[in-house]
This record gives sequence, C-alpha cells and structure tokens, in this order.
Amino acid sequence: MTLRWELFPHEADVGVRGRGATLAEAFAGAATALTAVICDPAKVGAGEAAHFACAAPDDELLLVDWLNALIYAMATRRLLFSRFAVDIADHRLSATAWGEPVDVARHQPAAEIKGASYCELAVRQEPDGSWLAQCVVDV
Amino acid sequence: MDLGKLKQRGEYEWELPQTGAMRVPGVIYASRALVAAMDEKVAEQVANVAGLPGIVAASYAMPDAHWGYGFPIGGVAAFDADAGGVVSAGGVGFDISCGVRTLLTGLKRADIERAQARLADVLYARIPAGVGSTGALRLDAKSMEAMLKGGARWAVQQGYGYEADLAHIEEHGCVAGAEPAAVSEQAKKRQRDEMGTLGSGNHYLEVQVVGELFDAAAAQAYGLAVGDVVVSIHCGSRGLGHQIGTDYLREMVVAAPAAGIRLPDRELACAPLKSALGQRYLGAMRAGINCALANRQILTHLARQAFAEVFPGARPPLLPLLYDVSHNTCKEETHMVDGQQRRLFVHRKGATRAFGPGHAELPAEYAQAGQPVLIGGSMGTASWILAGAAGTEERAFGSACHGAGRAMSRHEATKRWHGRALIDELAARGILIRSPSWRGVAEEAPLAYKDVGAVVDAADRAGLARKVARLEPLVCVKG
Repeated sequence: MTLRWELFPHEADVGVRGRGATLAEAFAGAATALTAVICDPAKVGAGEAAHFACAAPDDELLLVDWLNALIYAMATRRLLFSRFAVDIADHRLSATAWGEPVDVARHQPAAEIKGASYCELAVRQEPDGSWLAQCVVDV
Repeated sequence: MDLGKLKQRGEYEWELPQTGAMRVPGVIYASRALVAAMDEKVAEQVANVAGLPGIVAASYAMPDAHWGYGFPIGGVAAFDADAGGVVSAGGVGFDISCGVRTLLTGLKRADIERAQARLADVLYARIPAGVGSTGALRLDAKSMEAMLKGGARWAVQQGYGYEADLAHIEEHGCVAGAEPAAVSEQAKKRQRDEMGTLGSGNHYLEVQVVGELFDAAAAQAYGLAVGDVVVSIHCGSRGLGHQIGTDYLREMVVAAPAAGIRLPDRELACAPLKSALGQRYLGAMRAGINCALANRQILTHLARQAFAEVFPGARPPLLPLLYDVSHNTCKEETHMVDGQQRRLFVHRKGATRAFGPGHAELPAEYAQAGQPVLIGGSMGTASWILAGAAGTEERAFGSACHGAGRAMSRHEATKRWHGRALIDELAARGILIRSPSWRGVAEEAPLAYKDVGAVVDAADRAGLARKVARLEPLVCVKG
C-alpha cells in the first residue's frame, strides 16, 4: 500500500495531511507527513517498532492524540518513523510504527516538532468515499 | 488583509470594530503596508480572541502579527479573573517562554574577525543544537522540581552564570507560583536530557555587531556602542514546555463546553482563571517559563565557556547579560484601565513585554531608558534592540513585537533555496552559519521572513518601543 500524504502551507508552521481509502489509512498518511516535516521519509529505516494506543471523544481529537503520541516517542526515544500500521474503531486507535534512531548526517533533520495543533484540524470522508486527516503542527 | 474592514485610528493604529461575538474591538499596531500584507486569518484570529470571556480593553496585534493557531502570532490579550476571564493554553502556545537574551562581550568587530571561524566552530561544538541533541545535564526528580520552581535562579545556584544575571531577566529569573506537580511525568521525561539545548527551527545563537545607534541615552544605559559585539540566544522551554502545551490544550478543549465556553476555534482552548483547571495550567505554565529561563541561563554559561576558550585572559564577569525577554507567556500584571488599577492576566503570544521608563519591574540602571526589547531578525539579517516606550502600558498592556515574522511557508522556502548555497552566500558576506541541517537552513532563509526593519519602524512609530540599536550578524549557530 502506498500511503498518500502531503504537507500544506501555514504562514508560521506547516500542515500535515493524509488521505486513504479508510480512516486508518488517512491517519497513517498523516503520520508519514509528520516525518516529512522533519526529513525525507524514504531515507528513514524501519528496524525498530513502537506501539501506540489512543482514545478520544471524536476522530479529530484522536488525530491530534495520535500525532502527539508519535511526537512524544520521537522526542523521548530519539526516533524517526517511516512505516505505520493503524487500526481505528469507535474513536480508539491502536498502531505500530516502525522507524530508526535519528542519524543527523544521513537524515538531515530540518526541525523537531513541538506539538500537533487544532489549527486547520479536519478528519472527514470526502464525496468520493475516501478519507482525509489533517492539522497544522508547530515546529 | 482587507483594509476596508478596519477603522484607522492613527498612522500606525487600526481598529477592527466590535461585531458579532466580539466582546471588545481588535487593535492592530502596524503601518498600512504591513497591515495590507497580513493574512486575512490574522483579522479572524484577532476577532476570535476578542470573543473570549473576561477580555479587557481590546484584542491586540503587534506589527509582526501573522497567522498563528488560535491567537495570531504577535497577539496580546488581557483577562480579568473577577470578570469571568480565562487563561488560554492556546494563547500561550507550545513553546512556553520562548525568548531572546542578549549578552555583552566587551569585544569589537575586529576582535571577532581575527578569530571568526574558530569562534563559530567552538560555539557549534559547545552548544547542543538541532533535532535529537542532548545536553550534558541529567535531571533526576528532585533536581527537576528545583529547576521548575527556581528557573534561572536555580541554574545560577548550580554554577551556571552569575547572581548579577538575575536582575536582567524578567521576574528576576524566577516566576513565582510554579507548580511542578501540575506538570505531567511525560513533560518531565521529555525534558530530562534537554537542559542546555538550543532546539531547532527558528532557534539560534548569534554573534552580532552593533551597526547603528538610534537612541544614545538608552544605548549608554544598555552598554552599547557602535562596533561592539554581542551574543543573542533565541530558544524556549524545550520538550517540557511543548508537552505542557500539548497536555493542557487537550484538557481545555474537552473541558470548555462544560465551563460554558464556546470556542470558535479549538486552538483557543482556555479555562476560567477561577477554576481548578485554569489554576493548574497557570502552575504548569509558570514551571514552563522557569524551565525556559533555566535553559537560556545554561546556554549562556556554555557561550561564556566558548568565548573564554577563543579569547583567553578576559576578566570576569564574562559576557554580562544585557537582558532576557520571554515571548509566549501569560503573566499576572497590574495595569491601569479606564483610570482603575486592575490585576490582569496578560497573554503575549509571539509578543514581547515592553515596559516603559520608570516601571517598577525594571532594574535601576534601565529605569530611565525603559525595558530592553530584544527583536530577533532572521538568519543573515539585522536584529534590533528597542526600549519600552513611555505610555506603552496604555497601548497594549506594555507589549511590543517579537521578530520579523515569516513571509513565506517553510515548504516554499525549501523550494526556492538550498541550504549549502545559502551558507556559501552568507559566508561571502562575512556571516558564518553552523548548522547540522542544510534543509533546516533553507527553511530559515533570510528572505522567507518579512523585513524586520519595517516591523521595528512600525513598533517605534506606534509608540510601543523606541529603536535603540541595529545588530548585524557575524556568526549564527542554528539548530
């Protein structure tokens, strides 16, 4: 599966957006975009696994929780992630992310991410049935 | 921004009239050109802030205001607890007490030019910068608590810097009312090995030379002369502050409806000042401020060590602190509103406290000049030192701009510039950049920011802060 993700502009910071056939795919895409804020995801290995579980009152808050859980893991374990397996049911997420420790020379990390914000936050099903998940992150 | 929706009050003052859910008007301090260049989102965010409970006087935007999250960056708003006022985690932001401090070196441009590359290398080797970098200090639970309560005062007690530094930091380097217990274990874990690190993005340590003076008396009070070399450090509360922001934004978003607060934008997440959540956040946020002050104090110590290595033989005190300002804060202050003295909680999001001459908070040596206001430029462009103007407390609760503000997204900047080429170009102009990331340098390209000169001119003419000195970069260590 090729994840569909993109960065979108924000005047001070940057937005992350994932798209997919399912909500879980869109969340995985947003996670890939999160890595892309820091460096090229294609340059990040997948040797180390980390597990995540989040629950929220709605899917928008769930996206923020998911991205913030990744940001926390990146900060405290000095990891970058490149592969994601996400399950979502009833505003509960369980996921595994695979990555590797930051290698400054190889990854050329541009910026650490401080947090996922509620700015431009959207999780929705598009008219064609696909899913979109996005928000601005503070760098 | 569409000027049609604004009422011009003066050459540098524009009113966004009170409409809809706004409880007070908006006021933007900027030139016509700066206002016209602002995104429509700035007006929307100024209006949203104006609708928050208990807001006093107006929702203000500084000359460098740009589209933020919830509050505009460059937004100032004060709230009265007795009038149902709120404290907003979104209004403070993720990088609690991100700020700038400037150190005097006693050196002249020619001294630096003799050892510029070596100084750049030594600073880069000593200052942990960039993604994944860690400091030499490891905090256990007890020292973490002492740091969160003590701020820069704690750092000085640990041997990082001088007692005299503290008088030149807002609140003497230590904000009262910090509650380490209100800071999550995750936030503390995120900080454990990040003390004394610069971070990344727009954070930097820069060696600068005074290029021009605009106010001889204030310059003398601040110890500045043309050709003098100074060091400026821009960074914040690191992982701890980021996690406090994350934790409390989430909690306030969820709790807002039950508190009767309607959020036009979830990022405006706030809680009544007179609520358990509001008080808990204030305690955590103040701990975050102390963390930032301690962090900048440790970085100051590292910079002093670097200068002592490159320029041996200098007598202490090495690199005395001119001043330290914080940008992303909520501070309890006394202000006159309509002839009445009131205790207010002033949010400054990407804005600097800028108290005018005679303010009781200022050290005696700056009492006549006013508070130093340190304005960071972008890499390769000028930075500025301003002084809080007389009467500024009546304009925006004693606040001024904080920097240039981005003119272009990071994404656009990386499409236009390449880091290596930029570094070479700046080196040819006598500005040495040291950074672990070329992409990071490209994202912070000088032209990706607005003209800081236009921003400080507007701050000066709007009566927020007077221009004192223009600083030109010589060495920049970027995360």
